[in-house]
Amino acid sequence: MKLKTLASAIALSGATLIALPSMAADTIKVGVLHSLSGTMAISETTLKDTVLMMVEDQNKKGGLLGKKLEAVVVDPASNWPLFAEKGRELLEQEKVDVIFGSWTSVSRKSVLPVLEELNGLMFYPVQYEGEESSKNVFYTGAAPNQQAIPAVDYLINELGVERFVLAGTDYVYPRTTNKILEAYLKAKGVAASDIMINYTPFGHSDWQSIVSDVKKFGSEGKKTAVVSTINGDANVPFYKELGNQGISAEDIPVVAFSVGEEELSGLDTGPLVGHLAAWNYFQSVESDANEEFITKWKAFTKDANRVTNDPMEATYIGFKMWANAVTEAGTTDVDAVEQAMIGQETPNLTGGVAVMNKNHHLSKPVLIGEIQDDGQFEVVWSTDGVVAGDAWSDFLPGSKDLISDWTAPVKCGNYNTKTKACSGQNY
Amino acid sequence: MRHLIALCCCLFGLLSLPAFSAESPISKELLTELVDTKLSKLQPVVAKIEATSGEDALPLFNTLLAGKLYYVRATKDVVGQYTLDGDKRYQDVFTSQDVNGLDKPSFGSKEVKKIRVNNKLRVYLRKAIAGIQLTSKSPAVREDAVHALLAKLDKNTVEIIEELYPKEANKKVKEAMGLALALNVANDKAATVSSRLKAIETLSGSLENSVRNHLTKLTNDDNASVVKAANGALEKIAQRANRFAFIDQLFFGLSLGSVLLLASIGLAITFGVMGVINMAHGEMIMLGAYTTYVVQLLMPNHIDYSIWVAIPAAFMVSGLMGVLIERLVISRLHGRPLETLLATFGISLILQQLVRTIFSPLNRQVSTPSWMSGSWEINPVLSLTLNRLYILAFALLVFIILVAILRKTSLGLNVRAVSQNRNMAKAMGVKTHRVDAMTFGLGSGIAGVAGVALSQLTNVGPNLGQAYIIDSFMVVVFGGVGNLLGTLVAAFSLGIATKFLEPTTGAVLAAIIVLVFIILFIQKRPKGLFPQKGRAAE
Amino acid sequence: MTRLKEWFSSGRSTGKHTMPFVVILLAITFLASAANLYLPEDSALYVSTYTITLLGKYLCYAMLALAVDIIWGYCGILSLGHGAFFALGGYAMGMYLMRQIGDRGVYGHPTLPDFMVFLDWQELPWFWLGMDQFWFAMIMAVLVPGLLAFVFGWLAFRSRVTGVYLSIMTQALTYALLLAFFRNEMGFGGNNGLTDFKEIVGFDLQADSTRVSLFMITAFLLAIVFVISQRILSSRFGKVVLAIRDAESRSRFIGYRTDRYKVWLFVYSAVIAGIAGALYVPQVGIINPGEFSPINSIEMVIWVAVGGRGTLIGAVIGAILVNYAKTRFTAILPDAWLFALGAMFVFVTLYLPKGLMGIYAQLMAKRKTAKPQKSEESQA
Repeated sequence: MKLKTLASAIALSGATLIALPSMAADTIKVGVLHSLSGTMAISETTLKDTVLMMVEDQNKKGGLLGKKLEAVVVDPASNWPLFAEKGRELLEQEKVDVIFGSWTSVSRKSVLPVLEELNGLMFYPVQYEGEESSKNVFYTGAAPNQQAIPAVDYLINELGVERFVLAGTDYVYPRTTNKILEAYLKAKGVAASDIMINYTPFGHSDWQSIVSDVKKFGSEGKKTAVVSTINGDANVPFYKELGNQGISAEDIPVVAFSVGEEELSGLDTGPLVGHLAAWNYFQSVESDANEEFITKWKAFTKDANRVTNDPMEATYIGFKMWANAVTEAGTTDVDAVEQAMIGQETPNLTGGVAVMNKNHHLSKPVLIGEIQDDGQFEVVWSTDGVVAGDAWSDFLPGSKDLISDWTAPVKCGNYNTKTKACSGQNY
Repeated sequence: MRHLIALCCCLFGLLSLPAFSAESPISKELLTELVDTKLSKLQPVVAKIEATSGEDALPLFNTLLAGKLYYVRATKDVVGQYTLDGDKRYQDVFTSQDVNGLDKPSFGSKEVKKIRVNNKLRVYLRKAIAGIQLTSKSPAVREDAVHALLAKLDKNTVEIIEELYPKEANKKVKEAMGLALALNVANDKAATVSSRLKAIETLSGSLENSVRNHLTKLTNDDNASVVKAANGALEKIAQRANRFAFIDQLFFGLSLGSVLLLASIGLAITFGVMGVINMAHGEMIMLGAYTTYVVQLLMPNHIDYSIWVAIPAAFMVSGLMGVLIERLVISRLHGRPLETLLATFGISLILQQLVRTIFSPLNRQVSTPSWMSGSWEINPVLSLTLNRLYILAFALLVFIILVAILRKTSLGLNVRAVSQNRNMAKAMGVKTHRVDAMTFGLGSGIAGVAGVALSQLTNVGPNLGQAYIIDSFMVVVFGGVGNLLGTLVAAFSLGIATKFLEPTTGAVLAAIIVLVFIILFIQKRPKGLFPQKGRAAE
Repeated sequence: MTRLKEWFSSGRSTGKHTMPFVVILLAITFLASAANLYLPEDSALYVSTYTITLLGKYLCYAMLALAVDIIWGYCGILSLGHGAFFALGGYAMGMYLMRQIGDRGVYGHPTLPDFMVFLDWQELPWFWLGMDQFWFAMIMAVLVPGLLAFVFGWLAFRSRVTGVYLSIMTQALTYALLLAFFRNEMGFGGNNGLTDFKEIVGFDLQADSTRVSLFMITAFLLAIVFVISQRILSSRFGKVVLAIRDAESRSRFIGYRTDRYKVWLFVYSAVIAGIAGALYVPQVGIINPGEFSPINSIEMVIWVAVGGRGTLIGAVIGAILVNYAKTRFTAILPDAWLFALGAMFVFVTLYLPKGLMGIYAQLMAKRKTAKPQKSEESQA
């Protein structure tokens, strides 16, 4: 008897609490889908704060379309299935107009079907492996051709590197990037014996053997460099081991794609001076827009030592573009905004202009920076102009015939130029 | 030739040194050029300075290489940055006198600007410095200089070395110079075959990388006998190198073993002796690592000694936390090991979140003391990293101390008595509650000390403990619960096995193979390598 | 004999809650489903699809908690590796769903899933063969966890690995699988796992009707598993199992092959976990190696501990309550959640060794002494 009432009470209160009634649409809702707890919180919390700062900023300017912006923050807790669940919550319960979110590829892949089903709109601000273009996602981070390939060109042309160690954490981003790089290097005439590929698990901490192998590989007379797609926590022990085994940047430079200012803030950079990173943005770039952004950021976080990084710039660009597109379209309707987004131009923080292309990827400059002992990067090289992000790599056999074009008449994220067919889209 | 001149200049400079000259030995125009030139065009300027100033440029180059060279925005004077009591101050590069005078405040960060260098320039600077240092007074510096020049010998360098070789008194330096000259001869197609063969013979005794690379190139020589000799020499070198590679791998294994030992030895006490499953053990390690971080924060100018403060501090912090946990939670769950497991897991979550709240989820920066950085180079193919060497020694020391405590002290006697037969011990007047708390405190304290060591190898972050908990349990179970020697043997054998598997299987598969092996091993021998004997074992 | 029977049907007994539980469960399920499908969206009683998938997820977790409870609460085997069986069942379903995508993947390859094209694989690995058949995949979802449990249990229980040793070994097992599934060479999609599913046995996975059906199937299967488990545990077999929990050596001396009982119970539990995993994947839309992580497996144990181990209904209630709290708390105070979860572990083990059902039993016992007549009625 008692149990029955207890159970039904629980079920009822559960159902009502879960199904919180959604508010009336007198504000424009901006969903934030970044992990605030768990392993990815380290990186993603920063981006949540960036979006909140941008929302606050926009509201000071009077909001959009005469309405105030309202940020809706949820925590997917670094749990991949939870990204889909929270994404659904944002779109279905909260009825947000746009989502800024995700860091890892798997979290994006997890939320993607929900976005496509409910026709949501998401901005993804992190460098990734490419090989994707969804109607409902705008990719404001770098595609491999905006990070990896220019970095390798720099190594070959400027540093005279002839041998390459492709070291990465074993997941899809390093796997794909290294596949692309391997094909690219071979096309450049680098022999297979001059390429060493190594994968390690997440959070790998014992780098002795691998660093020693790299040292051996690099001591065979040809100038050697390490192209690192090592992720997150594994970097600190990796760089420490490099320093201790006496590998300096002059002997074997390491160019990293996942190490930015924020990662360096947990490291004694003294022994790392001269190692490289390739990004589309560095905090040290001198421009008015950047200075303003950094000042605002430090004021917003109330921390004078907080650093900025590339995914933050990507969030910044994405937000600005979305705001412009909404103004242009005069509505927050996803289809209208999606079309208005294409061709949007926004000043980036490094003194140039970012353009949103037909494939939902940005055109951005590529910068190579050297680590300094103050935890910042010194830009030592940059591309002459901007590089357009390529959704489908030309160096992978599976995707070299694919293009993405979200304008009429193609309107497809993976259009095969040979068979003239668009595969696997639900819409 | 120009180096001879430089040498004379240097002698002259030495004579005139006592006179405190404010005049820099490098002309102001050149220094201004250095300040004004863009990074990408800096190399020719440095070359110009090298050519005109020779040895005088050494302090300038060294400061530049270290990234400590700044210039004063107002005057374009070049100054070197140094740290005094945590303050950034600036000194004359050549005389090491503080430019502002020590009693006055230094430049603000906006008044000076750093002269940046990049990789290319660093490579160039190193070679320039090596060239200058060939005539250094210290034999060790001279030897390093010759080694640094081996990789890219040019005609100029060879000439200088030829000139210096007969005069060289130090045996080691002379050997290195001989090697350089032999390299030159072996590569010289104009030299007679017999002299080239003799040079190759000399080279075959060296393990230097550059020697090996030159020999590899020589295997494509036109002359058949040179090719044969080069191949023979390479084979000889490879044989020796392989032997050292084996030692290298063994060291890696021992090092990994020492990390496993440190991580698991505290557990061997709490789990092995007390029978308590402490899932928060990893967090005790984490607390130790954070203690190191805090100690370094408190004494920023004495990083080199911070470790000696951190070790006892970490022992106290983790030990006290251990006593607290034992008193508040574990003692109430006596005889319910599975519940203890769950409760301590809860504690581990709380501690992680606590650290995350206090120190932020970001990794914290723990510096390595200078005496722990770098490596001990035994020969060009074998060098042992110092931090790991120290940690290996430290792990063994901790182990010995722990064994001594358990064998020789009255606490140890009590601990053994309680672990063998609690009721009997109680009957004999042993205060079992006190002993339990002390034992748990000891085990946790040791884990904290392990944290100090691990902070030198890996991330200091909230997840530090998680990374080691499963491995530590594996070690203790594999070695045999309640047997410290078993833990030692298990840690080192697992470490070595992993490192010898890794080259063929890769890191992930090696870890999986070791795990599966332990699972199967425990099914076969549930009590581990060294089962505890005696009546109390059941 | 009658006293013995009475003893079994009181206190820790499983029997008397079965009917009310099944009725309540199915009633809520039907009402929620109907409210989702037939009520207009602006109705006050409308249940959103989000809520339906959330409830479906909770029910999968409840089934998993049931599996953990069966061996921990009734046989005293604390498995810290049940996440492995759950994930294996999930992967079997995931592989089937992946094959159903067919040539609608982004690369348009007729048989290979996208991630294989992506990594330049030429043909399907052998263990993917047959996975395009629903019945085959479902057999695998049950068989693989069952087989793993059998091999592991057979080895462990025969050599009398018990207590904490066994717990640590199960943890090592799921950890080893975690590492293995992270490897891209394994052919299970590495860290990304399997996702982007399109349809299940011909029904569009994104349609509300499919979601509701999946939810109803989950509830139905949970009810069936509940009833079967209750039957098994109150049978002769179940009594031996209880005896093993309370005094293993004694049961062995009486002549029972305790290792066999343990192995089969372990296998049964693993199979349930596998089924739960297979139901979980189409509802959340992704399966990846994170499900193998040891932390997940420990969390399952805490669901059971909170609800009350040794009572099937406790496991179900524990799983639903803890997960509901998690959904709420992580939304409101993400930082506080881990404190709360940690404190819950400590509190429950220290003060509520029998969980919420223990409190309930105490209350009932009080009522029994206060109003003996009424309680007799309710038992009849």
